[in-house]
Amino acid sequence: MSGAVTVLYFAALREQIGRAGEVMPLDNIRTVSGLLAGKRKNDPVFDKAFPEAGIIRVAVNRVLADFDAPVKAGDEVAFFPPMTGG
Amino acid sequence: MAAPYRKMAVAPRVVVQNDSFDVGEEISRLLQTSEQTGGIGSFVGVVRGGDGLVALSLEHYPGMCEQVITGLACEAIGRFKLSGCTVIHRVGRLLVAEPIVLILAAAPHRADALEATRFLIDRLKTGAPFWKSEEFADGRRCWIESRAEDEDAASGW
Repeated sequence: MSGAVTVLYFAALREQIGRAGEVMPLDNIRTVSGLLAGKRKNDPVFDKAFPEAGIIRVAVNRVLADFDAPVKAGDEVAFFPPMTGG
Repeated sequence: MAAPYRKMAVAPRVVVQNDSFDVGEEISRLLQTSEQTGGIGSFVGVVRGGDGLVALSLEHYPGMCEQVITGLACEAIGRFKLSGCTVIHRVGRLLVAEPIVLILAAAPHRADALEATRFLIDRLKTGAPFWKSEEFADGRRCWIESRAEDEDAASGW
């Protein structure tokens, strides 16, 4: 599988990671958790920023998703802390 | 928009903006959208001071925010038989006592208007991608963490 996804980070997570987003090649990645595993392996900041998967939310193409949700080329995948609006 | 003698599907007014809002103006606008309205429930969220808090900064996920709020508003319209609905949420740096969010739910009868208002604020707080950080007089800045009570209030619906 080829192509790439756009990855976005928000709020405290964006500050910890030090950037608002990036384009990431998919290679053989097929799910959100696969994407995250790749990040953890290549960049130690991700281990610190994602101490427990449970406290991070994920959206695929602007819809809340699970970590086992599929990702495909062209998708927009966003990671962020629990929301605090209102 | 306003075609008083023709029955049309109720479409919510959803806005995410930096500027403040005029509650009276928004109520007048909502009243013009339907003659079926018998009451309007309203909620205005405000920056609460204390403990040296100076301001809140609100970050959001553009695009997803509007999409999520519109989805919630449409759910409220169907579930509570609303005749109109307005949600305005501000982003950026807001000082103590400034308004953050406005929710207006119009319905033929008060019970639906009031219930829908509560539904919308409860679900919006933990379901729409906004994040608040606090700024204090001594220069400290920290992100607000989500509260279990808020998660419970949202899942209660």
